[in-house]
Amino acid sequence: MDVSERKNRRIVVIITLLVLLIVAIYTGLSLGAVKVNLSQILQVLKGNGEEVYETIIYNLRLPRIIIGLLVGACLAASGALLQGVMKNPLADPGIIGVSAGGGLAAILTMVIFPAYSYLLPFIAFIGAFTATICIYLFAWDKGASPVKIVLAGVAMNALLGAMTNGVMVLYSDRIQSVIGWLSGGLNGRGWYHVEIIFPYAIVMLLLSFFTIKPMNILILGDESAKLLGQNVEWIRLVIILLASFLAGIAVSVAGLIGFVGLVVPHMIRLLIGEDYRYLLPYSIVGGAVLVVLADTVARTAFDPIELPVGILLAALGAPFFIILLRKRRIV
Amino acid sequence: MGALKTKNLTFIQGAFQINQLSLAIEEGKMTAIVGPNGSGKSTLLKLFARLYKAEAGEILLKDLPITQIGRKEFSKKITMLLQSKETFPNITVEELVSYGRTPHQKGLSRMNKEDREILEWALHECQLMSYKDRMLHTLSGGELQRARIAMALAQKTEVLLLDEPTTYLDITHVMELMELMKKINQKYGMTIVMVLHELSFAGAYCDNLVVMKKGSVYKAGNPQDILTSKLLEEVYEIDAMIKYENSFPMIIPNKKNW
Repeated sequence: MDVSERKNRRIVVIITLLVLLIVAIYTGLSLGAVKVNLSQILQVLKGNGEEVYETIIYNLRLPRIIIGLLVGACLAASGALLQGVMKNPLADPGIIGVSAGGGLAAILTMVIFPAYSYLLPFIAFIGAFTATICIYLFAWDKGASPVKIVLAGVAMNALLGAMTNGVMVLYSDRIQSVIGWLSGGLNGRGWYHVEIIFPYAIVMLLLSFFTIKPMNILILGDESAKLLGQNVEWIRLVIILLASFLAGIAVSVAGLIGFVGLVVPHMIRLLIGEDYRYLLPYSIVGGAVLVVLADTVARTAFDPIELPVGILLAALGAPFFIILLRKRRIV
Repeated sequence: MGALKTKNLTFIQGAFQINQLSLAIEEGKMTAIVGPNGSGKSTLLKLFARLYKAEAGEILLKDLPITQIGRKEFSKKITMLLQSKETFPNITVEELVSYGRTPHQKGLSRMNKEDREILEWALHECQLMSYKDRMLHTLSGGELQRARIAMALAQKTEVLLLDEPTTYLDITHVMELMELMKKINQKYGMTIVMVLHELSFAGAYCDNLVVMKKGSVYKAGNPQDILTSKLLEEVYEIDAMIKYENSFPMIIPNKKNW
């Protein structure tokens, strides 16, 4: 890839992503048990649509799409940051236990302190962050090697999964609402959930843009970054905090959706390289597109059954993960 | 006055240690640190660059202990060319070199006019102007090394440390690199300290040699004075003689008869 090819690719990829974004939003609004065409959608958005369409679009599909966009964006940003900062292409919040930490904290809240549900993003963040720090500490030995991080993370993921199951067994009378949430879905999410995560997601996504320059310096390696006057340990800690918060936000409303954080930044990296000025924003758009498209497929393809989008994404993500391992084009 | 001085510097890493090392690196000169593998050359360089922390003793930069210099300030005074690794980010030469301006930029700001001028200067000095849009992975070993040196130059430090900059280079590019360093040293009075394995090039190009053995300085001084058969025997344990041709020391080992 030479410099002009790289430039062309950056343009082509972002245009493709934006087109896909429009397609994702349109199909998300249009498809479902009741099909709504473009002119009907526009009328609803203008405020003079038919009542039945207004209910479907405005109360059901639009909030769900907004949540899908935010969740996808947060997961992809979290994955992009974790992969860079842990120097590990396999660092996906869902694989290394970050999301599971958020999940456990969220489930405990839902079954034991349901009154505090409005604090879910924050609680999920605490869980995700604690899990991240534990992984880092377990893997630490004069620096954290990539392999150790993944191994510690996988172990952490299993442990947290076991604890989550334990909670579900102990509180089996209260878990009806938790089960759907756990498999990672946007089913039944409405404006209430948008209100919960919107401010957190926007602030954290905006903050993530401040990490672009430090992330690009970290690509050169820890020692080079230190020689350039960077406080590497501090940068790493702050970025991990941010990445856990982003994963926690997604977990708090959508449950455990895996692979978005792994697949999206990877695809983008293979296409346009690892310059975070492009990698991060492209991943954010890509994550948003992927989750909304996948959710539309998940709720329409097996009509009348609605599949949780997390299951569909895992079904898509797992083969991708295997291809990734085999190709070894891991940066 | 020494640009860099160590006083009773002690550093322990597993079985290896640098013990009570005291040394002065002359300002504005080119110094080579030589010695067998595992003698502590790279470790010493990393201690100078604050990548390692000494157990005891201190390092002074123009009589100021380096531990007292702020992080950012330090990176405007000393930088180091690390041993080249295999992987590099997929970026252009110009992008790599512009990283060198990081310590001079405030927070998240972009390159200003001065940064750009220095970037051009560094590319020019390393004869990289026509390469600036090339991606790093398309460069040859010698070109890549020049690009890395240009990045270090763009940092505009007083001291430049280089850890085995000539490893993996063929003789043409070793020459080219040594000439480049000599030019920078002469033109700008930059203090240059490099870890080298090629004794002949070290002797020919550097003003001073520091010979290390097992974590201490065996000898330091003018190459002509210290590059002797005795040194080769005592430090490298080889039987060889040294001949000077046009002030270029040539090491001629006595082959063993098997």
